[in-house]
Amino acid sequence: MTTLTKEAVSPDPADAGAFLSVRDLHVRFRTEDGIVKAVDGLSFDLQRGRTLGIVGESGSGKSVTNLTILGLHNPKFTTVEGEILLEGQELTTARESELEKLRGNKVAMIFQDPLTALSPYYTVGRQIAEPFMKHTGASKKAAWERTVEMLGKVGIPNPKERAKDYPHQFSGGMRQRAMIAMALVCDPDLLIADEPTTALDVTVQAQILDLLKDLQREFGTAIVFITHDLGVIADMADDIMVMYAGGAVERGTVNEVLRSPQHPYTWGLLNSMPRLNSDLDAPLAPIPGAPPSLLTPPSGCRFHPRCTFQDRVGGTRCVDERPLLGPDRDSACHLTAEQKRTIFIEEIKPRLG
Amino acid sequence: MKEDLVLPAPREAATGGAGEPLLVVEGLTKHFPVKGGFPIRRTVGAVQAVDGIDLTVNVGESFGLVGESGCGKSTTGRLITRLLEPTAGTISYRGQDISHAGRKQLAPIRSEIQMIFQDPYSSLNPRQTVGKIISGPMEINGIEPDGGRERRVRELLEIVGLNPEHYNRFPHEFSGGQRQRIGVARALALEPKLIVADEPVSALDVSIQAQVVNLLKKVQQELGIAFLFIAHDLAVVRHFSHRVAVMYLGKIIEVGDRNSIYTRPRHPYTHALLSAVPEVDLTDAGAGRRERIRLAGDVPSPIAPPSGCRFRTRCWKAQDKCATEEPPLIQISGNRAGHLTACHFPEDPTIEGRDEDIVLDPALAALEED
Amino acid sequence: MLRFLFRRILGSLVILVLLTVVAFLLFFGMPRDPALLMCGKTCTPDALANIHQTLGLDKSIPEQFWIFLQGLVMGRDNFPQGPCPAPCFGYSYHTNEAVWSTLIDRLPLTLSLAFGATILFLLVGLGTGLLAAWKRGTLIDKSFTAGSMVISSMQIYFLGPLALALLVYQAHLFDEPKYTSITDNPAAWFTGLLIPWAVLSTIFAAQYTRMARSAMIEQLQEEHVRTARAKGMSGRYVFFRYAWRGSLIPIITILGIDLSSLLGGAIITEYTFGLPGLGRLAVDSVQFSDLPLLLGVMLFSAAVILLCNIIVDACYALIDPRVRLS
Repeated sequence: MTTLTKEAVSPDPADAGAFLSVRDLHVRFRTEDGIVKAVDGLSFDLQRGRTLGIVGESGSGKSVTNLTILGLHNPKFTTVEGEILLEGQELTTARESELEKLRGNKVAMIFQDPLTALSPYYTVGRQIAEPFMKHTGASKKAAWERTVEMLGKVGIPNPKERAKDYPHQFSGGMRQRAMIAMALVCDPDLLIADEPTTALDVTVQAQILDLLKDLQREFGTAIVFITHDLGVIADMADDIMVMYAGGAVERGTVNEVLRSPQHPYTWGLLNSMPRLNSDLDAPLAPIPGAPPSLLTPPSGCRFHPRCTFQDRVGGTRCVDERPLLGPDRDSACHLTAEQKRTIFIEEIKPRLG
Repeated sequence: MKEDLVLPAPREAATGGAGEPLLVVEGLTKHFPVKGGFPIRRTVGAVQAVDGIDLTVNVGESFGLVGESGCGKSTTGRLITRLLEPTAGTISYRGQDISHAGRKQLAPIRSEIQMIFQDPYSSLNPRQTVGKIISGPMEINGIEPDGGRERRVRELLEIVGLNPEHYNRFPHEFSGGQRQRIGVARALALEPKLIVADEPVSALDVSIQAQVVNLLKKVQQELGIAFLFIAHDLAVVRHFSHRVAVMYLGKIIEVGDRNSIYTRPRHPYTHALLSAVPEVDLTDAGAGRRERIRLAGDVPSPIAPPSGCRFRTRCWKAQDKCATEEPPLIQISGNRAGHLTACHFPEDPTIEGRDEDIVLDPALAALEED
Repeated sequence: MLRFLFRRILGSLVILVLLTVVAFLLFFGMPRDPALLMCGKTCTPDALANIHQTLGLDKSIPEQFWIFLQGLVMGRDNFPQGPCPAPCFGYSYHTNEAVWSTLIDRLPLTLSLAFGATILFLLVGLGTGLLAAWKRGTLIDKSFTAGSMVISSMQIYFLGPLALALLVYQAHLFDEPKYTSITDNPAAWFTGLLIPWAVLSTIFAAQYTRMARSAMIEQLQEEHVRTARAKGMSGRYVFFRYAWRGSLIPIITILGIDLSSLLGGAIITEYTFGLPGLGRLAVDSVQFSDLPLLLGVMLFSAAVILLCNIIVDACYALIDPRVRLS
């Protein structure tokens, strides 16, 4: 069984000056097949104005974490433990009415597919104006003016007219722009972007990513950017957290995580990803096996059934003991720091070309 | 599972040995009618999904077709496998014109051209066992391999890296990556000469995607099967294809061997496409910055595509000529043999960063001005 | 939108004409001579031929059909009973009444029954359904769901007599079902139809409870509903503005079908409560081989059903801009 050797809790978040602070978060869903441990002991901090990239594959818990921050999970089937602190305000126990005041106001969200994420029944303008009226108490007219201004800002041509159109009359890229306008209309301090460009074409994705970066510079918004694409994360994020099977396995700045990664799963991701400048003589090196079921996650290190470096740790430590992730630059792996460094330089890096 | 296969790199097209054309497509066109009008509904226009494309896939070669959604790449795949009837143009397979061949005429060829689909969840019948799914094509075509169908299926399962003991299992018992392996085994059942793979890995997670790409590469090389590999992911296509064609709004705008296209592109759209791919830069100091091109808006409607060059409405080099004259797909000076570009004013053959970024998106330009 | 409606109305007219043809052919395919029935016990070949002639049955079928169509549009005056203005369905073989006026006669009862019951079952059904969806998983939800299961598995010929026996004949709480015109005596109209309405709407309401509940629960899981919550809209606002709008589509689809079948004549209900509406007229016309009446009732019901369909389509367009603007 998993044994915890030390408490992985950083100093008081208020002292650290973190804007958003997640502490030992556990999220479980009740399903017909059993209890899904979607998030299992996750902690991270986000500073004002910075971008945290959360990268992981499907089922890693990255989206669930962010729905939980805003309390958008279904409370009937979900249990949430741990702390989510936004400027010191505890959100997991906050009342619905308090969360409503935060949502779309201080914290906004952008979703993956703008076609299904916007209501087909109301005009784009109305959907943008709605939260502005609710949160600022602005008049209909003022809200509409603000809406047109925001639509112009995100690059929708002829915003005055387009605000009266319905989402299905917009192209995919324009819909995502409208979604961004909706998220930024109340000038939030935190923007959670859940795979915002996955459904878009590559040239449109590039436009949207640059737009988000430029708007962030203008508004000073902190961003949590969720994606499965390491290329996108490299482009967007200041800091990166790699998630696997409901927990974080590695964190650090972009350069730290992508240029000197320390966790076998991160190595696996980098090795299995085809790149435009990678060596074509070397085949891709996939991670063997498939992600585990979260109904019965593996004991010890969750990655151990797919890890090819277990024998370097020795014994059954990987199977018995769950490695912990420190608050700063760290990776949750039982390999020693020295081992991680040499394995990356000698065995992983040469294959990346 | 056999994950860590070490495979040789695909042979370059120039040294492709076989080199003989297997599939030749000329002027292939597919227009889908648009209904409208009043009071009686009639055809009022056409979605020009594919509009006169030429391409050749050689024996044993892997040919990549890239482009963004709506460019017509999937329609092209469906036309070649004759799931759709072409509006015009010819498709010849081994010298035989199959563009309008009927069921009977196609029968002997059907087994030689197979398809792999994007969605490993919906392309397998959930009520059939894996054995039944994979032996299905043999049954339909009345093929009885030596040692029986079951033995052949077990052999195929082994080739695609699945346990032969899984013969009697159902698709839902497998993960996404494994299901795509089943799809590959089914495509291999009839020993095809050509496989049309339509976005075969885009529904899979990164770590699983690499497994399937490697499997396809292995199959391609060891069995000498030609591939028409259709995908939107430029890095995946680069990894898999000897030659690559770039499509935009129903036309091929540039085609050539892989290195030419990825390192010496000439068409402005190819430049824009390559520069838009977000990349992990693993080199320590930003050696050789990539160019940055940000197009404005989205692809125009294929119902009323722009006159002349279809890319001109989003192109930073467009001139009057581009609107009046459609650029032919030819080898322009400075290009290697076989590298064809359809552009009146081609770009320099490099992907290095320019003195100034090209930012056509008005919102980005405005925000970056400040 | 207007074009769309115009096209639908045109299509409906074509369907009506085709239906008339089919009904004509079916009628003449019947191994029964309506004239024989009218002729009575002391029938002679001469008398029969005479009747054939008065009814126009001696003419060929296409000829009769043409005369019938003409009458519908322009009216006819070659009837012994008197002139028959458009739309002329002729005179009933059985009662000798003009078919059109018989239909108009029976219509108020059918309309009263159908619309009264519809208003009642919509209020009750949608109300309980919404409440169940709002309180999903609670005791209220479970009891509503279970209750609606039990009730919707009952039939009108069971619930009807039961209600009559208990509430009318035993407890004398309500009047015996009886139709009075609303213009004559609104109070009597209301009390006379109360029991049929209640019984009819109980069974329908149970279906609508379940339907509204499941449609709402489905809608509440839509991504755009989640987006609305993510931008801070209140639970109630999201429920009624976002989820409810989408739920209307399946509800209106079923409502269109139910309403058109009620308007076409609720045969069992009418028999159960002894009310003379369109449904009874239909049964009578078949029983007596009464061609003009049969055609009249059938075309009338078909027109009502087609009209309901057009209204449903128009509602789709009102609710969903994707339908309206494509």
